[in-house]
Amino acid sequence: MKSRKLSIPYIVWMLVFTMIPLVMIMITAFTDSSGGFSLEPFKAAFGYTNIFLKSLWIALASTGICLLLGYPLAYIITRLRPSTQRTVIMLMMIPMWMNFLLRIYAWVLLLQHNGPLDLALSLLGIHGSYSNNTAAVIVGMVYEYLPFMLLPIYTVMGKIDPGLIEAAQDLGSNGFQVFRRVIFPLSIPGIISGITMVFVPSASTFVVAQYLGGTDDIMIGDVIDKIFLTNNHIGAAISLILMIFIFVFLVLMNLFGDEEAIA
Amino acid sequence: MEQTAKKTIVSLKDIFVRFDGEVILNHINLDIHEKEFVTILGPSGCGKTTTLRIIGGFVEPESGDVIFNGKRINGLPPHKRNVNTVFQKYSLFPHLNVYDNVAFGLKLKKVPKDEIKRRVTKMLATVDLKGYEKRPIDKLSGGQQQRVAIARALVCDPDIVLLDEPLGALDLKLRKDMQLELKEIQRQSEKTFIYVTHDQEEALTMSDRVVVMNNGVIEQIGTPEDIYNEPVNAFVADFIGEANILNGTMIDDCRIRILGRELECVDKGFGKNQPVDVVIRPEDIIMTIPEKGQLTGVVENVTFKGVHYEISVRCGRCEILIHSTDSAKLGDTVGMRVIPFNIQIMNKLLPIESNVIETVVTYGSESDNSFEFELEGETVTVRDRYFAEGTRLRISLPFDALSIAGDGVGDLKDVYIESVVYKGEHNEIILESDERKWLMLSDVDEQVATYVPLSFDFSKAEFEVLDPEPAEEEG
Repeated sequence: MKSRKLSIPYIVWMLVFTMIPLVMIMITAFTDSSGGFSLEPFKAAFGYTNIFLKSLWIALASTGICLLLGYPLAYIITRLRPSTQRTVIMLMMIPMWMNFLLRIYAWVLLLQHNGPLDLALSLLGIHGSYSNNTAAVIVGMVYEYLPFMLLPIYTVMGKIDPGLIEAAQDLGSNGFQVFRRVIFPLSIPGIISGITMVFVPSASTFVVAQYLGGTDDIMIGDVIDKIFLTNNHIGAAISLILMIFIFVFLVLMNLFGDEEAIA
Repeated sequence: MEQTAKKTIVSLKDIFVRFDGEVILNHINLDIHEKEFVTILGPSGCGKTTTLRIIGGFVEPESGDVIFNGKRINGLPPHKRNVNTVFQKYSLFPHLNVYDNVAFGLKLKKVPKDEIKRRVTKMLATVDLKGYEKRPIDKLSGGQQQRVAIARALVCDPDIVLLDEPLGALDLKLRKDMQLELKEIQRQSEKTFIYVTHDQEEALTMSDRVVVMNNGVIEQIGTPEDIYNEPVNAFVADFIGEANILNGTMIDDCRIRILGRELECVDKGFGKNQPVDVVIRPEDIIMTIPEKGQLTGVVENVTFKGVHYEISVRCGRCEILIHSTDSAKLGDTVGMRVIPFNIQIMNKLLPIESNVIETVVTYGSESDNSFEFELEGETVTVRDRYFAEGTRLRISLPFDALSIAGDGVGDLKDVYIESVVYKGEHNEIILESDERKWLMLSDVDEQVATYVPLSFDFSKAEFEVLDPEPAEEEG
C-alpha cells in the first residue's frame, strides 16, 4: 500500500504532462484550423515523406555506427581494472556536461572550410569543406548519442558472472568462443536498450542537421520545429506518424530480443 | 599400501602461490591417482580452492610444477586441459536450456550432432534429469541445477573432474542424498574426482583419500579412517570429528601425564618430559564407577543424540566429552578409562612456552614510567615500566597476556588466525603476524582464517635485560 501511495506524484505528473498533451496532439492532428474533424493535416504530412525517410535513414546509420563503436569499447572497458573502468566511463561522460548546441557548434568549427580538419588534410594536399553534408550530420549524431549506446551495453556486460566465462573456458572455449557463445548472447539485452536509446532520440532530433547538414539535409525534427510556427495541425500529424514508427520499431526490437534470449 | 600400485594422474610439486603479497599456498606437494575420489578438506581461506584452480588452469603458481600424466602443464590454458569443473555456484549458462548447457563442451569439441544427442541424453538419464532437456536453467531447483552442472562436466569425458564445494548451497537432506549419488557416479564413471569442501563429514563419507589443509599447507593426507583415527596434530584432530584435545607431558616412552594423572599409552620416541598434545575421541572413553577410573570427574551435562548420549564431565578445570550408549546422572561423580591404544599423542602445533620478543628500546621516558619499541614496523608502548633508550630486552609474554583487541586497535594490526583448538579449558589460538607466530589462550571461539588486531598485556610479561652494560632499570 505504501509503495502505491508513493507513486501518486508520478502518476499525476504523467497524466498532466504526458497523457493530456498526447491527447491534445491527437486532437490537433485530426482537426483543421476551423476546429472541425479533418484528414487534411495528414495529407499535408505525406508531402514530407522524403524528409521522413531520410531522417530514419540517418538515425539508423547513426545507431549502427554507435553500435559498432560502442560495443567493442564497452567490452574493452569491462576487462579493465575497476578503478580504471570508472575513470574511462567518466571520460566518456565529460563531453555530456557541456551544452548540446555548443558541442554541435564545435563540430561545425572542426569540419568547416579552413577548420582544423581541413588544415590538417591540406598538409597532404587535400582541400575542401567537411561540413554541410549528410556524413557530417551522422558524425554529429554519433558524437551526441555514443554514450547512450555505451552505457547500457557496459552495464549489462559488467554484470556477466565471471564464473560463466571460467565455465566456458573449462568446457573448452578459447577466447573467441567464450565471446561468441557466452559474452555476446548475454549482452544482447544491453545492445537492445542501447539501440533503443540511440535510435529513438536520433530519429526525432533537430538542430544537428541545421548546423552540420547541407541544404537537402533536413530532418523531420527540424520540419516539426518549423511547421509548428505556421500550422500546428500538420506538425501534430507528423509527430503522430513519427511516434507510430518509433513504437513499431520498439516492438520489433523487443521481439528480436526475446527470440535471441531463448535461442 | 594399495595406492602405491596405482597410476598417478596429476601431481603438484612444490607449488607456491601468492596473491597481493599474501601466501596462499606454501610449497605444497600432492599426488592424485587415477580413478580416485580425493577430497581436499580445510577451513575457508586455507587454500583448497586455489589448489583446485591450479589443476583447472585458472591460477598459475608463482613457482612449482603441475604434472599431468607425466607432462608438465604449467601455463596451459583451461580450455586445453582435459579437466572439467563443477563450480561452487554451478555457473550454468542462463541463456541456454538444460540440453544446450550439457552439450556446450561437446559442441566445442566438434562432436557429430547425433553423438552429442546420444551422449547428452544418456548423461541426463544418469543424473536423473530425463525429460528436462528443454527447461530453462532458472526454472530448475538448486538440486537440479547441481545435477546439470555435474552432467555438463562429466559428459565431456574428462580425465579429472574438479568439484568446488558443489553441495554447499543445498539443504542438509538433499546434500546427504547427493553425497551418495556423487560417490556412485564417480564409481560408475571410473573418473578421478577431486572434491573441495570444508565439511568434514562430507569428506569422510565420499573420499578414498582426504587431504587436510590449513593456512596454505597440507597437514595430513590419508584415508578417512587414517585421518580420523591417527590425526597427525591437534588441528586435524579438532577439524575431523569430535575430540578431546588436552595438554600433556610425555614422561617417558609409553607414559603420559594428563590432568595430573599418569597413564599408559603406546607412543614412543618423544623426548622425556616433553609437552605434547593428547587426543582422545569421545567414543573411546569408557565410563565406570569412580574407584575403577583412571580419571574421575563430575557429570555436568547430558544430551541424548539418538545413537548415543553426549556427556560432558568436569575434571578439575577441564571439560571432557564422552559419547556413550549409557546415560549418566547430572552431578554424579564418574570414573573414566581409556585403553592405551586410544590415546593419541602428537607434537604441539607451536612448541613454545611463552611468546618471546627480543627487541631494543627505541624511546624511554622515566617521568612517564614508560618505554617504546618497534615490532614489525609498529611502535608499541609499554606503560608502568621504564628502560632507557637502546636497552636490549627479552620480553616473555605468557599465553594469557595476548588478547584480540576488542576496540579494534591492537598493538599489531591484521594478525592472521591460523588455528583455534579447544583444549577442554580454553581455546588455544595460533596467530601469524608478518614475521612470526604467536600462541594465545582465549575463552572466545574466534573465526579461523580471519585477520584480527592483537593486543599485549605487558603487566603479565617478564622483562630481561640482555645487554651486559649497566642499564638504568627502575621499577
